[in-house]
This record gives sequence, C-alpha cells and structure tokens, in this order.
Amino acid sequence: MANKISINVNGKMHTGAIEARKLLSDYLREDLSLTGTHIGCDTSSCGACTIHLDGKAVKSCTILAVQADGCSVTTVEGLATNGELHPIQEGFKEEHGLQCGFCTPGMMMTATDLLKSNPNPSEQEIRDALEGNFCRCTGYHNIVKSIQYAAKKMA
Amino acid sequence: MTKYIGKSVKRLEDKRFLTGQGKYTDDIKLVNMAYAYILRSPYANATINNIDISEAKAQPGVAAIYTGADIPESIAGVPCGWQVNFKNGDIMKEPPHPLLVRKKVRHVGDGVVMIVADSRAIAKDASELIDIDYDIHDAVTDPKKAAEPGAPLVHEELPSNVCFDWELGNPKDEVAAALASAAHVTELDFTNQRVVPNAMEPRSAIGHYDTAYDRYTLHTSTQNPHLTRLLMCAFVLGIPEHKVRVVGPDVGGGFGSKIFHYTEEALVTYFSKILGRPIKWTADRSEAFLTDAHGRDHVTNAKMGFDANGKIVALQAYTYANMGAYLSTFAPAVPTYLHGTLLQGLYTTPKINVDVTATFTHTNAVDAYRGAGRPEATYLLERLLDLAALEMKVDPAELRFKNFIPAFDGVTQPGYQTQVALQYDSGNYEPVLKRALEMVGYEAFRQEQANQTNGKLLGIGFSTYIEACGIAPSAVVGALGARAGLFESAQVTVQPTGKVSVYTGSHSHGQGHETTFAQVVADKLGIPIEDVEIIHGDSDRVAFGMGTYGSRSLAVGGSAIVKSLEKVLEKGAKIAAHLLEASADDLEYNDGKWTVKGTDKSVAFGDVSLTAYVPHNYPEGIEPGLDFSSFYDPTNFTYPFGAHIAIVEIDKETGAIKLKRFIAVDDVGNVINPMIVDGQIHGGLAQGIGQALHEGAMYDEDGQLINGSYMDYCMPRADDFPSFEIDRTVTPCPHNPLGVKGAGEAGTIGSTPAVVNAVIDALWKGGHEVKDIKMPMTPERVWNAMQD
Repeated sequence: MANKISINVNGKMHTGAIEARKLLSDYLREDLSLTGTHIGCDTSSCGACTIHLDGKAVKSCTILAVQADGCSVTTVEGLATNGELHPIQEGFKEEHGLQCGFCTPGMMMTATDLLKSNPNPSEQEIRDALEGNFCRCTGYHNIVKSIQYAAKKMA
Repeated sequence: MTKYIGKSVKRLEDKRFLTGQGKYTDDIKLVNMAYAYILRSPYANATINNIDISEAKAQPGVAAIYTGADIPESIAGVPCGWQVNFKNGDIMKEPPHPLLVRKKVRHVGDGVVMIVADSRAIAKDASELIDIDYDIHDAVTDPKKAAEPGAPLVHEELPSNVCFDWELGNPKDEVAAALASAAHVTELDFTNQRVVPNAMEPRSAIGHYDTAYDRYTLHTSTQNPHLTRLLMCAFVLGIPEHKVRVVGPDVGGGFGSKIFHYTEEALVTYFSKILGRPIKWTADRSEAFLTDAHGRDHVTNAKMGFDANGKIVALQAYTYANMGAYLSTFAPAVPTYLHGTLLQGLYTTPKINVDVTATFTHTNAVDAYRGAGRPEATYLLERLLDLAALEMKVDPAELRFKNFIPAFDGVTQPGYQTQVALQYDSGNYEPVLKRALEMVGYEAFRQEQANQTNGKLLGIGFSTYIEACGIAPSAVVGALGARAGLFESAQVTVQPTGKVSVYTGSHSHGQGHETTFAQVVADKLGIPIEDVEIIHGDSDRVAFGMGTYGSRSLAVGGSAIVKSLEKVLEKGAKIAAHLLEASADDLEYNDGKWTVKGTDKSVAFGDVSLTAYVPHNYPEGIEPGLDFSSFYDPTNFTYPFGAHIAIVEIDKETGAIKLKRFIAVDDVGNVINPMIVDGQIHGGLAQGIGQALHEGAMYDEDGQLINGSYMDYCMPRADDFPSFEIDRTVTPCPHNPLGVKGAGEAGTIGSTPAVVNAVIDALWKGGHEVKDIKMPMTPERVWNAMQD
C-alpha cells in the first residue's frame, strides 16, 4: 500500500508515495538516487547508511521512510556547500581517512554529529563514538586523525 | 629528480568518495532492470527431491524463476584456476561447482533457485513461496575429521573427502633425524581458524545483454575484471570473450574475497539474455557471510628443534587445510605454494618439511584472504619461536637474532635460496627487529612487567615475518599449477596536448592506485600530476589485466607502466632530436623537456607529443602517435618483511585482554607514497589483530554458520585498537624497476601471532604455563586458561 510522504533531503523537498515497509536507506538510494548512502548489512550494525535525521546521526536502515515524513534529512551528498568540502570531508582527505570509500559517508555523518555535541573529543571519545561504524580498510587509525583534524578546523 | 615519488601526495580519487559520488555496482541502475534474489540451501548436506516454484511464479512482479534445470548440462559450473597434484602425481580432485544446484546441496548457502522480479523485495517475498523438499544428511565441517574414514562424503562420486595431499622441502627422515638429535623440541597443535573477509561493500553483479550488438556487459564488484571475463567466457558460459565487457567499477574493499569468479556473475550474465532484461543481484550481509570465500581454516601440528645454542635445526609441519565444499578460484594454491614455501621464514633452518592434506567439507569455500597462506605460515613459525623461548627460558628477541638469515642485497650478493623452493630477493632482517625493540623500550618494558602489582598481567609478543608478494613470474607459477599467467599490462597514451592516459590491468578497490601510479608517471615524464589519469577496471578500456591481489599492483602493474613510459621517452627522444636537429644520443630528458646536452636548446614534452600527432615536420621511418602498451612478467616474487610487537594486559579476574600497544616495523622496499603505505599497514594490522582477538567463523556440527551476521560475528571496532606505532626500513627490490615489494598484506601477515604470543607471555608470567589459546582469544578462553 502506498503512503504519501514529504521529506526535506539536503534542503530540497521530496514528496511521493511509497510502500509502508520501505526503509529510509532504500528510499534515499532507490527513489532519490542518492547512492552515497551505502548499505553494508541487514542488522543495523555497520553504520554505512548513517545519515542525519533532524540533525542527529541515525542509521537509515533502522527506520522506515514513512517515519521520516515531515523530517529533515542530510546525507553525504549534502555535506559540502557550494562545492566546498565540509571540514570533516577535508579531514578525511588530509589524513587519509578513507581507502575503498564504502564506510566513509556513514563515518563522516557519525563524526559530524559527535563534533556537534563534543567539539573537542579525546582519542578515546572518538573511538567510542565510532563503535557503530565498521571500517575494514583503515584500521580506524587515520579515521581518528581525520576527526581530530576536523575538530581543530571547526574550533 | 623526484617531485612526487616518495611524497605523501593526497589521494586524487578521494573527492568522489567524500561527496557520495563513488559508483559501486549496486549504485548502478539500468533501464528496465530486474532484480535477482537467490534462494539458498538452509542445510549443509541434503538431497533435493522436488522444487515447487508454481505459487512464487504466479506472484505479480515476478519476471522469472530459474533452477538448475534451466541451465544446460554443457554449463558445468565455475572452474578452479590452480591445479595441485597429489604426492603420487595424480591430479587433485576437482568436482564441479554448479551455478545452481540440481540434486545435492553441499553447504549452507549453496544456491538453488534464482528469483527475478521487478524489485528485490518482490523477489525476496516470492522466494518464501518456493517449496523445496530436502532429504537431510550428516555433515562434516572440520578439515581433519573430513579426512577420517567414514566421514560423510561431500562429493559422493569421490572415494574420500581428500582433495589432494602435498609435501615440500627436505625428506621427512632427514627432518626427523635432526629433530631427534635436537637439544630442545617445541611442539604445538593449533588451529588457524576460519575468518570471513567482510569487505564493507557486499558483492553485487549486473548482467546486461545488448541485442543490438550481440554483446554482454557484466558490472561486478571484483578485484579482477579481466580474469573474471576469461574464466566466465571460456570455462563457464562458452561465450566469445570479445562479446563480453566486464567492468569492476568502484569496489568497496576486497581483501581477496573479490578475486574469484563467483556463480552469481555467470547467472546474471547468462539469464540477462534469456530474460531480455538487465539483471542485478546484490548480496545482503547474511549471503556475504555464507558465500564470500572465507579465509584460513588450517589444523596444524608442528615441531621445531633447537640445538644447545638456540639455533633452529629443523621444522616439521603437518596441516589439514579446509577447502570448503567446492574449489574456489585459487583455493589449492593457498595452503601449498603460498604457505609451505614460506616456512623458511627469516631463519637459517637447515631442514624443513611441510605436509598438507586439503579436504572438502560441508562448508563455504575457503580461498585467499588478505595474506593468503603467508599469515598461516607466519603464525606457525612465530608461535613456535615465542613458545620455544618461554620453554627454553631465553629471550624471544635474542632467539630471533641468533637465527636470522644474514643480510643480502640481491645485487652484489645472491638471493637467499630456501629449503622450500623460493629464492628471497633481498633482505636485511636485524634492523627491523632492532628498531621495533627501540620503539617499545624493551628493557624498561621487561622491568615494568616484572614489577607489576596492579592485579593485571602484562605480556609482550613478537612476530618477525617474511612474505612473498608481487605475484608472480608466470613460468614459475605455471610450473606450480597456476592455470593463468600472472604478468600485468599497461598502456600509456600520450594525448596530443601532452596529457597522459594510463590504462592499467591492476584494479584499485581502496589501494589508491589513481594516486600512486600517477605519481610514478608524473615523475618519470616530468609533468604535473594533474596531467595524468589512471584508468582501470573496465575490459573495454583496458586491453588486458590480471587484477589486484597478492600485493602485486605496484610491483607488477607499476612495472608494466614504467616499461611503457620508457618506450614513450625513447620514441619521444627521436622526435625531439628531429625537432632540435640533433642526435638522440646527445639529448637528455629532465623536467618535462629534452635538452641538447651542454646547450640551452630544448623542446618540451607537450611539443613532442603534438608533433607525434601532427607529424608535418617529422623524422623519417617513425610512425605517428605516442602510445605504448607493455606486458611485465616479473622474474621473481618480492619479499617484504618486518617485525611486529604486541603488548597486552590481561585482567586476572575476567580474562579480558587489552591491547595496550602495537608496534610494526615493516620493510616493503621502496615507497612511492608513504601515507598510502602507512594506511595499508594500519588496515592490515586491524585484520590480523581482529583474527587474534575477535573474529572467527563458527560452524556447528550440522554445518550451520552460527555467527553469520554482524550481530554474531565480532567485527573489530574503533575502540578495540590503540593508535598503531609504525616505522619502516627500506631494502629495495633488486629485480623490478621501481624497487618496490608490496605493502597490502604485510600488516595482516605479521600481526596475528604477535598478539597471541603476547597473551601467552602474560599468562606464563602469571604462572600459567599454557602452550596455546584458541583464536579468537575471548575473555572466557583466557580466563579458563588461568584456572588450570
């Protein structure tokens, strides 16, 4: 059964009819072609699909698209402004925080949420905040440094 | 002059990944595309009596449902790319691996029915309406038990579950005699447990048949597009190779698991023509756990003998290697030529014998996983050495210094001939361990350990490893059973304006080739790095390639690029000489221009390239254009090495392990981009440490993978690691033009035994003289070890 929803994604309103069971992650990827949000598991463990829902980091595979009706969503595609990289994107580039790039969008969305609530996190606080985001390439070493870079830049 | 080589140039490919514009296979949407879901066996060993698809087929939105009966008998299944022979010379057992099973399923996850529908959700829903009647049989999952008489047979047409047996090194009686006369023998029985590669991008494949051109396109998350095309066309589907394009677009990690040609690739390709629509299949994570080729899974007994001075006199190893139910592409090579051949390690051991029995079990296939055989060899050697040091009450670092092969550069001194077939290219082993000890502050640590009073147990573990990379000289691997050459190709196309397109057969899925290779090209041509583009992963754009694995990309693929660059410069010099009215011998090339030696007369690279394509004023007898292809076949493997040290602290009350420090000093030869090499080491360490502390695929007696999801399989997380402390030494490779050895697997190969050794060391210091703790070393296992 189709359900009508209106969602603001990266500053743009999207209105449409979708199946009630559709996950927000699938809605973003399939209906809006925002494929920067990745799907790495079926158990809401890996964090590759992390987005911001009304400003808070959320795994978009844990909620239905209909639950996001009337909400504001930011995906990785909405991080940069006018072609200028967000400090977290710059941090990941400068500190080699990505290799294959698959976990990167989710990592950056989690990291920006962390920096909002804790602008100057310790290494341990960063590592703790990332416990819901898996990376298989970097050993997390440079991801931690990337987030520290962004924290400094945003201070 | 090097402007880029040796510098930590920021990655040129990053921007698309940082802005969500990376294009992975599942991101691709084709017109009129249908979606496949594969219904898999829930049983490890069962006979299919009947498959009823009638109800599912009638569902709205279901386009087609295919079973094994829809695949012609002529398509037997996916092939194995490496042949190992039995000790008696017989060819290994190589039963077919069907695309969809008709009669008998052999592991949980074996594909039985493919449902194709207008959406993935519809396909999945329909799969629940399919009724398959199975007769369930007993299963065997352990590689050693599978070899016992009376074990349930995986392939009933075979006499036993043994795929092959194999032996390498000195005669067993010589090794036995040396062990018998040894002053001390350390013996260890252990399991190198099965792990799941877990690339973050699940595998995905899209098959598309274009009627207009009678041509197929396969997009697939592969490390190896050309080999996939070759195997699928020539050995599975019988489609002419020139009628198939295989694209490996952005790929979200591989770690070995995406080297191989998988059934799903052939299924979507084959049925896209029959259905008349593109078909996409994407694994969910549970399917990835069940079907991505796993790694390791060795059951081993090993003995190492020492003389009274602590010199190793002999090594005997017996290993049972699990192949799984079917032979994956390179599976037979892993426990043999990538494992047995590395048992010399860094040591002068004069007598070595390794005996391997590979068996089929009712489990998912096992194949190359980051390191592939070399981590198993390193684990074997390094566990024995640290344990021997504890048993003989000598220092584990001293024991290694005593046994290291003396330094040799491979240029003025010959390579080192091992007892197990290989000839090491160059090596200087003492400095890596010395540097690692310095970084640890070894003496101070031992004091701290001796004086510890906080209710915890401190331990230190060592691992000094060697690996064989730059895979590989084609003739050598051919003699060892490879059914493919392992060269690499590269085309360098200089555009008229002097911009350079490089087409490489290597495939980047995180390694940063678009940067590293561009650094090499820009420096060799003396042009800005922005003028270079690296193109890979598309069989229509890159003429041929052998893909990326075995830390081979720079050593083999990079060398092929250098060969083409040399041809560009050689031809360019002839054109420049003509323009300068000089002899080519009188020219020198520097900073992007040819200059007549001793004068200020010069012509720039861009002027020469333009002349090559607008050949009005042009030397006689020379073809227009500036475009060269090369194939590079290495003369030897490369041999990176290093020293890893782990420091752990064990909570006596709970058995919990805290990894306090991890020090890695690696020698990967020359380094083009230190930042990228460091990143490769970091990631490798996390995977190796993950095996020691967290990971392990667990099959129960019925052959169920009981931890086949991220809720159950412990993936290493950010808070499981300290920041790594790494450094390197540089011993150039003497036989390739860049002097590089490869860095992709070093971290994984060295790190696992260092962590286990550290835990064993801590336990001995606490009075618990245990020889082994099973990996992953959970708190429960460690706690139990302290109760004895």
